[in-house]
Amino acid sequence: MRDDIEDLVQEVLIAVHNARHTYRPDEPLTAWVHAIARYKLTDFLRARARKDAVTESIDDHDEIFASSDNEPGDARRDIGKLLDHLPDKQRMSILHVKLQGLSVAEAAHLTGLSESAVKVSVHRGLKALAARVRGIT
Amino acid sequence: MRTEELVDLLSTGVHSVPPHAAHRRFATSIALGTSGSLLLMYLVFRPRPDLAIAVLTALFWMKLAFPLSIASGAMLTVNRLSRPGAKSNFSTIRILVGGPVLLVWLWGISVVAIAEPQDRSDLIYGASWRSCPLNILLLSLPTFIAVFLAVRSLAPTRLRVAGAFSGLLATSLATVVYCLHCPEMSPAFWSMWYVLGMALGAVVGALVGPTLLRW
Repeated sequence: MRDDIEDLVQEVLIAVHNARHTYRPDEPLTAWVHAIARYKLTDFLRARARKDAVTESIDDHDEIFASSDNEPGDARRDIGKLLDHLPDKQRMSILHVKLQGLSVAEAAHLTGLSESAVKVSVHRGLKALAARVRGIT
Repeated sequence: MRTEELVDLLSTGVHSVPPHAAHRRFATSIALGTSGSLLLMYLVFRPRPDLAIAVLTALFWMKLAFPLSIASGAMLTVNRLSRPGAKSNFSTIRILVGGPVLLVWLWGISVVAIAEPQDRSDLIYGASWRSCPLNILLLSLPTFIAVFLAVRSLAPTRLRVAGAFSGLLATSLATVVYCLHCPEMSPAFWSMWYVLGMALGAVVGALVGPTLLRW
């Protein structure tokens, strides 16, 4: 939109420049410039209406794009592979807290670790994973 | 490009426009166009053989004044319409374009009304009613091109109206030229076929105006 406005302003400036021999000193300058601007605006809108009539922006139609079915599966497999590199303590903590969505207390109960140990394991595990992903890419 | 740069670019090396540049361009193209029409008339139709006698009659000059007045009205209008924001003074146009048409119509009707019934169709149709409007259109080719080029070099903002009056100007100039050939001397004839020829020109102009006059 801002680009359109700037384009139009420039278009009008060029038109005013090229049509300056049609200005008569005894008539109001504003009326003359206004008429040119109006003409160029109509021209611009007409051209755009014509373009809009035969084209349709693809951004308005997200629904035609299929979402890939194997993307979640791929992601799960990648995460599983990455988690395998971690020590058991960190892997189980991340699995419970981050993937299964359990609370820290529940995870502590299931793994037999203390709550703070679970928190630390999650933290260290994620850090290790991040370092690993950065190393891969 | 940034607008500031464009402004700089446009404002470097600008020379002033000579006074009346638009008028001069307009006058030149009308003179050229009319000369073209005259030449075309001379080559295709030939002037009427009794032209030397006809110019001595008042009727001939009235006939010539009819399209001439329309041409002047159309010229004033086209001149206005070619300048952005100029007010169209439609009262002048009405007098110069509508006035003569109305007068010739009244004149034609009265001539037909007082004529003997068997003479009436002759007054209206003459000998050349079939070809008259088309001849006018043919003769208007040079003026048409000249007028449209002139208007295009200016800046009309209402293209359809400007096209219609440009067409009217072109055909009314062609009609003036055609008067030197056309032997018909009945106002009823002029009121029908001359008017039809000029109206056709205006219609053609209105149709092609938006395409040809875009700038």
